[in-house]
Amino acid sequence: MSTRTFFVVAVLALLLAAPAAASERHPTLAELSHEVMCPTCKQLLELSHAPVADRIRAFIKTRIAAGDTKSEIKQRLVSEFGEAVLASPPRRGFDLLAWLLPLLGLAASATVVAAIVWRWRAGSAAAPDGEPADPELARRLDEELALLDA
Amino acid sequence: MLQALALSGVGLLLALLGVQVFSGGSGRGLDAALAAGKTAAAPDFSLPRLNGEGTLRLRSLRGHPVVLNFWASWCIPCKQEAGLLESAAKSYRADGLVVLGVDAQDFRSDARRFAKRYGLTYPIVRDGSGSTLAHYGGTGFPETWFLDRRGNVVGEHVKGALTRERLARNIANVLAR
Repeated sequence: MSTRTFFVVAVLALLLAAPAAASERHPTLAELSHEVMCPTCKQLLELSHAPVADRIRAFIKTRIAAGDTKSEIKQRLVSEFGEAVLASPPRRGFDLLAWLLPLLGLAASATVVAAIVWRWRAGSAAAPDGEPADPELARRLDEELALLDA
Repeated sequence: MLQALALSGVGLLLALLGVQVFSGGSGRGLDAALAAGKTAAAPDFSLPRLNGEGTLRLRSLRGHPVVLNFWASWCIPCKQEAGLLESAAKSYRADGLVVLGVDAQDFRSDARRFAKRYGLTYPIVRDGSGSTLAHYGGTGFPETWFLDRRGNVVGEHVKGALTRERLARNIANVLAR
């Protein structure tokens, strides 16, 4: 990697990391409203009008005013309502499957596609150039082309 | 090879779905048994007490009829029935009846304030995630079940606020068993 490429990658990484760090230190209610679930209606907080959702919004506002980070607020909510209050499942235990299954599905799909392409190419290579794969088909094709020429 | 892999994957997914579906089946079984006029074993649980003094296991109340009431501080009908439950807890204490409150999907501090405001002296445990309520098949607040001395759910599953008559009728039913 050249010095210039390294510099560009480093600047891009910093540009992407800065908003994430700011969001962690100074979260907003709007941000947390789509990262937290309403425990009774199982909807995102931003979509819920349940009484407990109103109470959670008030709690988040209070904690933001108190200077809590996003992680601290989420941790407090988890201690009250359990991990199901988070919109994204934690990356451990049974919930890890929610993260792993899409990746496994992607890997399995890629394997199947690669296998199909490999078979198709192997099949194409088996028929030598210049010789028809099916003599009957070639005969019928010649006949129909001859009809068109006529 | 590929087919075997795909079949294994589908099998694994179906097994996981089965576990998820059937792990939440106790509640439906309870309601079906009650609708048929039968009894069903109340799902056991061990939950932290709201006052912070350790945990309480439902099984430890065997030998006592139990009024199991799920509530939350933000629930308006829960406020209406709180006084009735406290009154019943005091009136039937000598008969061995235990009113057990389960505060679910609620902030701990709000629940403590609620208990203090309505003068609740009966034991209250916390089910913050609502998983115990779900295990019983509860879908709203308040919901009440009545357990006999052997830990079986009997009588009515009351969805919504209790009335004095309904509470008295079901308490008489569990005490008579």
